Amino acid sequence: MGEQAEHIVSLIDVDKYFGTNHVIRKFNLNVKQGEFLTLLGPSGCGKTTILRMIAGFEDSTKGMIKVQGERVEDKEAFERDVNTVFQSYALFPHMTVFDNIAYGLSVKRVPKNEIKARVKEMLELVQLSGFEGRRPDMMSGGQKQRVAIARALINKPKVLLLDEPLGALDLKLRKQMQIELKRLQKKLNITFVYVTHDQEEAMTMSDRIAVINGGVLEQLDTPDQIYKYPKTKFVADFIGESNLFDGTVLEHAGDVVKMTTEVGEAQLQICPVEMGKEGTICVRPEVMKYSKTPVEGFTLSGVIKNMIFVGSQYRTLIVMDNGYEAKVNRVKPDKEIKEGERVYLYWDLEDAIGISAPC
Amino acid sequence: MASALHVEGGFKMKHTKMSSEISTLERTRNRKRNLIPALTMAGPVTIWMMVFVLLPLIYVVFISFMQRNTFGGIDYHFTTANYTEILQPVYLKVIWKSIKLAFLTTAICILIGYPLAYYIARKPSKLAAKLLMLIMIPFWTNTLVRLYSINLIGQPNGFLSSFLMKIGMISKPLDILYSDGIVVVGLLISMLPFAILPLYASIEKLDKAYLEASSDLGARPAVTFLRITVPLTLPGIVASVILVFIPSLGMYYVPEALGGGKVMLIGSLIRNQFLITKNWPFGASLSILLVLITLLMLWLYTRIAKLDEMEVV
Repeated sequence: MGEQAEHIVSLIDVDKYFGTNHVIRKFNLNVKQGEFLTLLGPSGCGKTTILRMIAGFEDSTKGMIKVQGERVEDKEAFERDVNTVFQSYALFPHMTVFDNIAYGLSVKRVPKNEIKARVKEMLELVQLSGFEGRRPDMMSGGQKQRVAIARALINKPKVLLLDEPLGALDLKLRKQMQIELKRLQKKLNITFVYVTHDQEEAMTMSDRIAVINGGVLEQLDTPDQIYKYPKTKFVADFIGESNLFDGTVLEHAGDVVKMTTEVGEAQLQICPVEMGKEGTICVRPEVMKYSKTPVEGFTLSGVIKNMIFVGSQYRTLIVMDNGYEAKVNRVKPDKEIKEGERVYLYWDLEDAIGISAPC
Repeated sequence: MASALHVEGGFKMKHTKMSSEISTLERTRNRKRNLIPALTMAGPVTIWMMVFVLLPLIYVVFISFMQRNTFGGIDYHFTTANYTEILQPVYLKVIWKSIKLAFLTTAICILIGYPLAYYIARKPSKLAAKLLMLIMIPFWTNTLVRLYSINLIGQPNGFLSSFLMKIGMISKPLDILYSDGIVVVGLLISMLPFAILPLYASIEKLDKAYLEASSDLGARPAVTFLRITVPLTLPGIVASVILVFIPSLGMYYVPEALGGGKVMLIGSLIRNQFLITKNWPFGASLSILLVLITLLMLWLYTRIAKLDEMEVV
C-alpha cells in the first residue's frame, strides 16, 4: 500500500491499437508523487497517446491505468482527477480569460465569490493579473500558454499532464517558460507528466525522463543517468550525440573488457555484455580522442574528413574504414592535423559505455 | 487585417525607411492595377443585380405607394393606404400565422438537423460526404412531385390512414390534409437540407480539443454541449435559422399543395393579390413587408456574426 500511494500514476502492461496499428506495446510506467516526469521520444513514438490515455481521451486496448492506486480505465475524462495543458492551448475562444480559468470551478458549481478569489490567485500565480477581461485571440502565444496552465491548475489536480505545451513558442520564450513551469511545479508540489520531443527541454526540466521509441519504453531514469549510461542504442543516439561501434565482446579481463568491431579492436570498462555476445560501444564526442600513432588496446583508425566550428566547439569528423563518420568535439581547434591524414581513435576506459544488442 | 498591416509597416520603418516607402508605393500601384480586372469580374454580376433585382425592387416599392384602379391596373396617385390595410385584423392574422408556422418549421428543422449534422460531422470525411449526398438526393426530385405525394399519403383514403386503420391504431380516417400540421410537414421536407448544411459546416469546423478541454476540466457531456458546442457553432445555427425561416415565411406553393386554400399564409396572400384579385399595389406593400422582415433577420445575423468573428476561427 505504501508503495502504491507513492506512485501517483501507474501504467501496467498497457497496449494500445489504432485499428490494426500497434502504437503502445506492453508499456509499464510508475510516476512518483510530486515528480516532474517527461515522456521523450521522436514524433509518432506514442508519447502523446500515453498522455491521452492517462487523461481519459483515449482508451487503452489492454492493461491497467491507475491514478492514486485506483483503476481509471472505466472513468470518463471528466471523472478523473487529472488536468491537461493542450499543445494548441484549446482556450475557449468565446470566453474571456476569467471565464476560461473559472470554467473548471463553475462546472462544479463552486460559489461565485470563491471562484473570483481563486481565479485571482491563479492569475497572480501565472503573472497575468489584470488580464481577466481579455479574449484569448487578443493575447500572445506566451500569454495564452499561461492562461492554459492557470485553467488546468485551478481544479488542484493530483497530476498535471502537459502535451508539448511550449511547442508553438519561439526559442527565447520557450526557455523562459521552461524555468517558469519548473518554478510552478516546485511551488505547488504537483506531479507533472510532460510530453516533448525536445531532448534539451527534457534534460533541463525533468526529475526523470522516460525515453520512448515505437511505443516501447526504452529507458526510464534521471537525465544525467540517461546521458551517462544509455541502455539502448536508440537512447544513446537520441539523447545527445554518440559515436556507436557495433561489435562482439572478446573477453572480460578483470576491469577491462575487450571488444572487436568491424573497424578494429577497442577496450572499455562498463559493459553489461557477456563474453562472446554482441554489443555496441557508445562514446560521446566530447570524450573521444585521437592520436597520430596507435594507442595500446585500440586499433580503430580513420581518415580526417574536416574540422568545423559548430558554435561553442570545434568538431572533427573522421571517416572510418567502413564509411562510418566518427565525431570528436574539442573546445580548441587542433592545428597539428590536416585533412586526409590517418588517425587512431581511443578514449579513457571509463568514458565508454557498452550497450547490449537488442534480443 | 488592415491594422495588422499597418503595425507591421510601422515596425519596418524603424529599421529601413526605404523598404517601407517602397512597399507603400507598390501597394498603391497594385491597387490601381487591380481595379480593371476587378471590374471585369464583378461587372457582369453588378449589372445583372441592378437589372433583375434592384430595378424591380424599386418598382415594387414605387407601386406599393400607388392606388389600384377598378380594372386591376395601377393609378399613379400617391397613397399609404396599402400599408394601413395590412393592419386589418384579417391580414394581421395571416401574417401572424405565417410567422408562427415559419417559426415552428425552423425550430423543428434545427432540432432534427443539429443532431444529424453533428452525427455526420463526427464521421470520417469520406463517409460524411456520402451521408451528405444521401440528404441531397431527395432534393433533386421536383418539389411539387414531393408535395403532392405527401398530399396523396395524407388523403382520408390515402396510405397513412388506411395503414393506421389496418393495424388498428385508429378507427376512422385521419383528417390531416389541409391542416396547419401537414403544411409544416411540407415546409420541413422542403427546408431540412438548408438547415443541415450550414450546421454541418460549423460543427465540422469545431476543434475537438475544445470538447476535450471541457471534459478534462470536469464538465459532463451535457454541460460541454451547452457551454462549448452550442456557442461555438452559433454562426451555423443562425445561418440555418435564416436559410429556413425566410423562405418558409414567403413560400406559397406548400400551403397551396397541402393547405388547399384553407391554410392562408402571407406567400399565398401576395400571390392572390397579384394574380387573382389583381390588387398589385397591396401585393407590393405585402412584399415590402416580407423584404423588411428578411432585412431584420439579416441584420440580426450580422450582429451575431460580428460578435463571433473574433471568437471563432
